[in-house]
Amino acid sequence: MPISPEAHTVKQFDVQLANLRNMVLEMGGLAEDQLKRAITALDEEDLAATRETISRDCIINGLQLKADEECISIIALRQPLGSDLRLIMSLASIVTDLERIGDSAKKIARMTLHIYDGVGSPPSAKLLQDVKPMAQTADDMLHNCLDALAQLDVPKALNIINNDTELDQEFQVALMRLITYMMEDPRTIGHAINVVFIIKALERIGDHCKNIAEHTVYLVEGKNIQQRRNIDMNMVDAFALVRDVRSALKSKK
Amino acid sequence: MSKTTTIGNQTISLNDSIARNELDNQESGVQVTDYDNRQTVGKITVDKPKMVCRGVNVYYSQKHAIKNVSLDIGTNEVISFIGPSGCGKSTFLRCLNRMNDTITTCRVTGQIKLDNEDIYEKDIDVVQLRARVGMVFQKPNPFPKSIYENIAYGPRIHGMVNTKSELDELVRDSLERAGLIKEVEKRMHEPGTGLSGGQQQRLCIARAIAINPEVILMDEPCSALDPIATAKIEELIDELRENYTIVIVTHSMQQAARVSQRTAYFHLGDMIEIGDTDQIFTNPRHKLTEDYITGRFG
Repeated sequence: MPISPEAHTVKQFDVQLANLRNMVLEMGGLAEDQLKRAITALDEEDLAATRETISRDCIINGLQLKADEECISIIALRQPLGSDLRLIMSLASIVTDLERIGDSAKKIARMTLHIYDGVGSPPSAKLLQDVKPMAQTADDMLHNCLDALAQLDVPKALNIINNDTELDQEFQVALMRLITYMMEDPRTIGHAINVVFIIKALERIGDHCKNIAEHTVYLVEGKNIQQRRNIDMNMVDAFALVRDVRSALKSKK
Repeated sequence: MSKTTTIGNQTISLNDSIARNELDNQESGVQVTDYDNRQTVGKITVDKPKMVCRGVNVYYSQKHAIKNVSLDIGTNEVISFIGPSGCGKSTFLRCLNRMNDTITTCRVTGQIKLDNEDIYEKDIDVVQLRARVGMVFQKPNPFPKSIYENIAYGPRIHGMVNTKSELDELVRDSLERAGLIKEVEKRMHEPGTGLSGGQQQRLCIARAIAINPEVILMDEPCSALDPIATAKIEELIDELRENYTIVIVTHSMQQAARVSQRTAYFHLGDMIEIGDTDQIFTNPRHKLTEDYITGRFG
């Protein structure tokens, strides 16, 4: 049964649910902003903005704590059932995903500091060429999944789940390219490793957006469409690639 | 449209609305958003039914209190009936052991079978029926007799025991199964009314199980009890499930969720939805069920 538009007999319950919903959407907005700031700062080599991005992460973390407390309070005081229960459980998971998106944005900012730390020369543009398009895909996914959540739009949420594969593929291509650069010129390894961390963070943001979309479908439809995986297949592929690189380097020697 | 279905060993012809209901259930993810649609959503049949109710209607004079309710009650299952006050859940429960017979204006139509035997047949002995389908009420109602006599009364009038020692054993056994023996073994001959509310309710359950019923009907058995006594009764219900079929009417949705495997939601005399308790409380299909369990009834 989809969520009823009607009000609860106990008005305070509606107030609490609205508070929680607003908090989650605010977190979503902040996470989106953090991602944009991190990418712009990387693009513009703006270390001050990068540091600001890192320091702003605690705002999202604080909101997560508040949202978690609100979920616990609603469960304890209202014993939600049906669509209310699904809403609370989904939002509780979604705030974790949003907090991790914030962490990923922070990670990108940290890597930016490493890349432009003033030691050695800055990386060439080709090393960073995949970051911007991937960031655009991740940003679109985040924006759309927050829209789907706000509007309880199931088709839009399902669309995001398909988009994640696209981002995963972009990640694989970018990784291959970076490995090639590293193999061609081992002096790029230092920067390339940092860029790998950046594209990995973007790929993780895509995964979190997919989770948010799956939770949105669950809270609206009551259907669990999550595909649980014990192992992140991308990482498995990455390990295989690293092995290949190692053996290639050995044979070169 | 009519249809036949096999329930246990019997083939039953279903009337139109049940056949439609059955067909509806074949489609997955049925969702009914129409408030006026009062057709039962969910699977009414079970594999091993203890009681089979088909097209049950109850009238109090002109008032149509239960409207064409059909469902199976499975062997050794706990099924709970929930719904707002006046929805007919207690009325329907009382049909299951003909407690409504005592109300002169009450008329019951349709079919209710216990182990394939229609309990509304003329030659049915109601006293025997109520021995097979016992009942526990909202307010604990021990007889104004000793604890021992409260339990011994039923087996004695039903001629279930021959000797005093047999009776003693049965009383002890019933009290033990009701989880009350430790608290009362030294005061068996004190009045039952001297026990606390929770103990009195467990005494009533012990009294009901003393005559070895097959089905126990419970009409809001915990509504007059504190949370600790309620927890003890709920634990007891869980233990009794091994041997008995239990039908419980409750206003506490949390209680229904805790003790029952299946839940039926009643609304203004209609059985709106029936399903696994998990499904009813996490993802009900009918809007009325959803609105009731989420507290959206104005």
